[in-house]
Amino acid sequence: MKNDNTVRFTPKNYVVTAVLLAIVTAALAAAPYWLGRADLRLAGEIMLYISLATLWNLLAGYAGLVSVGQQAYVGLGGYMLFAFTIFIGVPPILAIPIAGVIGALLAIPVAFLVFRLRGAYFAIGTWVIAEVFRLSFAQISALGGGSGTSIPASIVKSMAETRAARESLSYWLAFGLAAFIILFVYLYLRSSKGLALTAIRDNELAASSLGIDIWKTKFFTYVVSAALTSMVGALIFLQKLRISPDAAFSVNDWTAFVIFIVVIGGIGTIEGPIIGAIIFFALRETLADLGTGYLITLGVVAIIIMLKAPNGIWGILRDRFDISFFPLLYRVENQKQDR
Amino acid sequence: MDWVNAIIQGTLLGGLYALFAAGLSLIFGVMRLVNIAHGDLIVFSAYVCLTITTSLGIHPLVALVLVVPIMAAIGYGLQRGLLNKTLGTDILPPLLITFGLSVIIQNTLLQVYTADPQKLSAGDLEIASIKVGSLAVGMLPLLTFAIAVAVIASLQYMFYKTALGRALRAVSDNQEIAQLMGLDKRHIFGIAMALALAVTAVAGVLLGIRTSFDPSVGGGRLIFGFEAVIIGGLGNIWGTLAGGVILGVAQTIGAKIDPGWQILAGHIAFLVVLAVRPNGLFPRMSA
Repeated sequence: MKNDNTVRFTPKNYVVTAVLLAIVTAALAAAPYWLGRADLRLAGEIMLYISLATLWNLLAGYAGLVSVGQQAYVGLGGYMLFAFTIFIGVPPILAIPIAGVIGALLAIPVAFLVFRLRGAYFAIGTWVIAEVFRLSFAQISALGGGSGTSIPASIVKSMAETRAARESLSYWLAFGLAAFIILFVYLYLRSSKGLALTAIRDNELAASSLGIDIWKTKFFTYVVSAALTSMVGALIFLQKLRISPDAAFSVNDWTAFVIFIVVIGGIGTIEGPIIGAIIFFALRETLADLGTGYLITLGVVAIIIMLKAPNGIWGILRDRFDISFFPLLYRVENQKQDR
Repeated sequence: MDWVNAIIQGTLLGGLYALFAAGLSLIFGVMRLVNIAHGDLIVFSAYVCLTITTSLGIHPLVALVLVVPIMAAIGYGLQRGLLNKTLGTDILPPLLITFGLSVIIQNTLLQVYTADPQKLSAGDLEIASIKVGSLAVGMLPLLTFAIAVAVIASLQYMFYKTALGRALRAVSDNQEIAQLMGLDKRHIFGIAMALALAVTAVAGVLLGIRTSFDPSVGGGRLIFGFEAVIIGGLGNIWGTLAGGVILGVAQTIGAKIDPGWQILAGHIAFLVVLAVRPNGLFPRMSA
């Protein structure tokens, strides 16, 4: 009997999604030419949140490491950018990867500590680490202590001559980093390491019996996402030009919002954080007048989605239309039925 | 003598932290649930007490007669109506839902009571003290510590000597078999959360008498309670008291060295215990 089944990585309509993806990427890369100043700023902010959400999703949705302390690395990255540009005179663009390296170096001892905690206790443990970072930076008087510090205008001007050029550069950095992070996470998950990661998430016991080193796989994922989160943090505070411990290590800004974005968009999917970030900002632009009511609404929406549609908005769309921009799943195709 | 004083004050402060931790420890022990909104529920209790004391004009400690049953009822309702739906093998849903709950509670309090710091006024109790040698020990911290010991002793008694405690331990050990023995786990979990929030109510009121509070302080209280649980060792409720005391002493000694170091010293003590004894100092079960 002939076997009609083949296993394929790419979904049926991959040509359509690939073309769409290429058009959207090109349009976004050219955004400084067709978007106004305020909109460009908003687009840059969305890119930064897409980056944070994608990285948080890599941890929580794929590695089973639910952290509520990623603000530790956002703040660290921000402070490293300030320290290296102000004290050592490193150009801001070079300071961003340096912040990433330092984030990775600090994440190593942190991982040794917090990996001793499991599940939800791991989550609160990461929060303690972020608090330790916040309180420690508040003690460093050279960086303004508790009240924070600003980047001198000369450093800002060194990036580009005109204001318009600086704003375009700022957007391209955010867009480039977001594109890089999405591509990195996608390729990482498609690699054998990524396969190991999803195996661990789905069943630790079964994964370890297949010879996967659980600790090492999670450790690597944690350190890499800390490094990239630090780079995003550096970029965030390069745009804000001012840093203080409370803003840098804010659990609301850098973790609560990010969690809502991922949960609403769809946890454990690559598309989810992107869709979630767009929805988050659409809601923010329309409901901002509600003030605290806006956050209450977000909390309620996230809880309802977690209960009723745990795969988020993207999960609903994917199931209905059978589409995937970043295919990660193998699927069995029956030649007789499909052709 | 200053150092002895710091250690005594820290020990008494540890009683409050043990109360923060007891509710957290109880629900983790029974249903493996970690409630991220725990700190916000502590602050919420303080606000409930504030509303009762200002509208009825009664002493905050008298108001406990109302605050405790109100919080217990909220706990039962919360567990039956929402949290029971999230329990399963996946840890993600309960974690994210209690996180959402935390944001909702915090912002609702902000909406209703504004961000202004509030305080529960306990009259003379706040400044009363007794002389021990050349040291003055405040009545309120002493009372807080005594209440913490009493609450923990009654939880311990309830767990090991009563039918309810047996039921709680049964569902904790094996949910399916407990169900077969005629226990309704949804109801038992509801009771556990009611008990946890009753303890939370006591903690919240004592917090509100001791210091001023505003809607944003919940996260910090969750962290202190969590640190006390981990330092003391999971599943050991007396260990939680010891953990609270160690955290309290670390904080007062840190504050003695430099006021900016108070909270940081507590966190460092926690991280040191985590590095040296990852299961806590007196563990009964593994993390």
